[in-house]
Amino acid sequence: MGASSLHVLKGINFEVEEGELVAIMGSSGSGKSTLLNILGMLDGLDKGEYILDEVPIKDLNETKAAKYRNKFLGFVFQSFNLINYKSALENVSLPLYYQGIPRKERQILAIDYLDRVGLKAWSTHLPSELSGGQKQRVAIARAMASRPKVLLADEPTGALDTKTSYEVMDLIQKINEEGKTILVVTHEPDIAQMCKRIVQLKDGIIIEDKKIDQVLASEYVQ
Amino acid sequence: MFNRDRWREIFETIGKNKLRTFLSGFTVALGIFIFIILFGLGNGLKNTFQEFFLDDASNAIFLYPGRTSMPYKGFKAKRRIEFENEDLEDIKRNFSMFTEYITPRISRSVLTSYKNESNTYTTRAIAPGHQFVEKTILMKGRYINQMDLDKKTKSAVIGRLVAKDLFKSEDPIGKYVNLGSAVFKVVGVFQDDGGDNEERYIYIPYTTRQLMEKGNDKIDQIIVTFPKELGHAGALAFENSLKKYFKDKKSIDPRDPNGIYIQNITDDLKQSQQFAVVLQLIVSFVGLGTLIAGIIGISNIMVFVVKERTKELGIRKALGATPRSVIQMILQESVFITAISGYTGLFLGILVLKNIGLTLEEYFIKNPFIDFGTAFMATVVLIIFGAIAGYIPAKRASSIKPIVALRDE
Repeated sequence: MGASSLHVLKGINFEVEEGELVAIMGSSGSGKSTLLNILGMLDGLDKGEYILDEVPIKDLNETKAAKYRNKFLGFVFQSFNLINYKSALENVSLPLYYQGIPRKERQILAIDYLDRVGLKAWSTHLPSELSGGQKQRVAIARAMASRPKVLLADEPTGALDTKTSYEVMDLIQKINEEGKTILVVTHEPDIAQMCKRIVQLKDGIIIEDKKIDQVLASEYVQ
Repeated sequence: MFNRDRWREIFETIGKNKLRTFLSGFTVALGIFIFIILFGLGNGLKNTFQEFFLDDASNAIFLYPGRTSMPYKGFKAKRRIEFENEDLEDIKRNFSMFTEYITPRISRSVLTSYKNESNTYTTRAIAPGHQFVEKTILMKGRYINQMDLDKKTKSAVIGRLVAKDLFKSEDPIGKYVNLGSAVFKVVGVFQDDGGDNEERYIYIPYTTRQLMEKGNDKIDQIIVTFPKELGHAGALAFENSLKKYFKDKKSIDPRDPNGIYIQNITDDLKQSQQFAVVLQLIVSFVGLGTLIAGIIGISNIMVFVVKERTKELGIRKALGATPRSVIQMILQESVFITAISGYTGLFLGILVLKNIGLTLEEYFIKNPFIDFGTAFMATVVLIIFGAIAGYIPAKRASSIKPIVALRDE
């Protein structure tokens, strides 16, 4: 955290263009999650600067951070982080609620996003009634619903089996094809290969940053 | 605050977390319920106490004649002292500044009958001022008046229970009852807060009683009331000068403790009132204790609820909830639940008090009640403390970085 004297990131300098699909790789302790948390404004940075869509992100208090998160960012977590007492539809419409969008409009939008991840028929189900892959797709729909500039995925396939992982990656690739900027933190090489660029972290510095030929997840699905 | 969307969000949360809602609601409702029951019962106890000790006029002095225990001015000891009508006049004349009402009282047990019903009641032969001494409440007809005294009429004012026993559902006014061998006309029916026994008396003019007893002018006891402005010290001074006056008049040794007895109700009253104050303190203490227990209960629940929701709050923050909106949500929810359940407890408590009210009289709890203002205030206090108790953990939860809250797994 901000008060911590431990140096996790020791000089990282990189830029992500709009529409990129970047995999951030590294073994545990390499600082990849810390980087993502800083990018997601879930965590503060001690030194340096972070510019998102030409807006310098600095001196954030919690209220400001919350507003930026709501406006710029969508999150996908390894453990899904759906609210367990809310249905899939309600989960997806929650960021829209915090954007102040009226209820009716919210529901229409949320249904639309659920449809895009193929879960329209499951909209009234609670997270406990969904499989892991379905939960992650709901989470992706929720992250998309606020129409963020950047989608941040922290080990989105970490809790899923290979087949489901590829289905989720397929979805992420499709969203990327629509022009969305996506950063994926992962330690699985096959998942990283499905992105367009791999940033390799080790001990808090970038040891490799290369563009790759994307492997399409749809080849593995079905 | 009156955002319809936010309310809907809160209702959804409440509806989908029934156990949590029930727990916090139940704590509040129970707290208020017990507070009201205890406070009400305490008040009932106080009422019984007041009825026992504070029923009669608090500004009355009772004079009883007795037997002397010392020889004095040539009289032997053990001489019987008696009051006469003349004594009444003397008090009126000599203490006109201090007397408000004055009445004799001659009590006799008399077999009373009407048609086929008969029973033995105590008749009290009195003057009109007696009504104020006993705080008699007339239900029907009139009390004994001066004309009754002057003409020595055979008028009787009967207690509510006498009327009930003898007349059943008949209207007793204007009917004739046999009091011993004499026939009296019922002119009034009264009730008295002093309890059932007080409502089994029959009042008749003292002059009539004296006429029936061979035209004598003896009086059993004299009751004098004094203006309340006299105060406790004034009343004691009045009592002393009365005692002195009568000892002198009846030739009783000033040092003789017997011969004449004076009971000043203000003495009793002072003690009784002190006791009533203590009782009130106990009732308040019990009430306050219950309320504090309720506040602690709701505080615990609130801490638990916020703790349980840490992760959810982290998710909400990651999705763009501001700390302010998080606090507002938790507070609004907790105030809503405590208000609803608080007032449920309030009305349940009042309902139960009303229903058990009459059945507890034999346990010295009469008319237990809680005034609505107190009950309302207690509920408001509980809601406010519930909100404060919710605010502190909510504030903390809202300032935790979402990543910390999300890691909490």
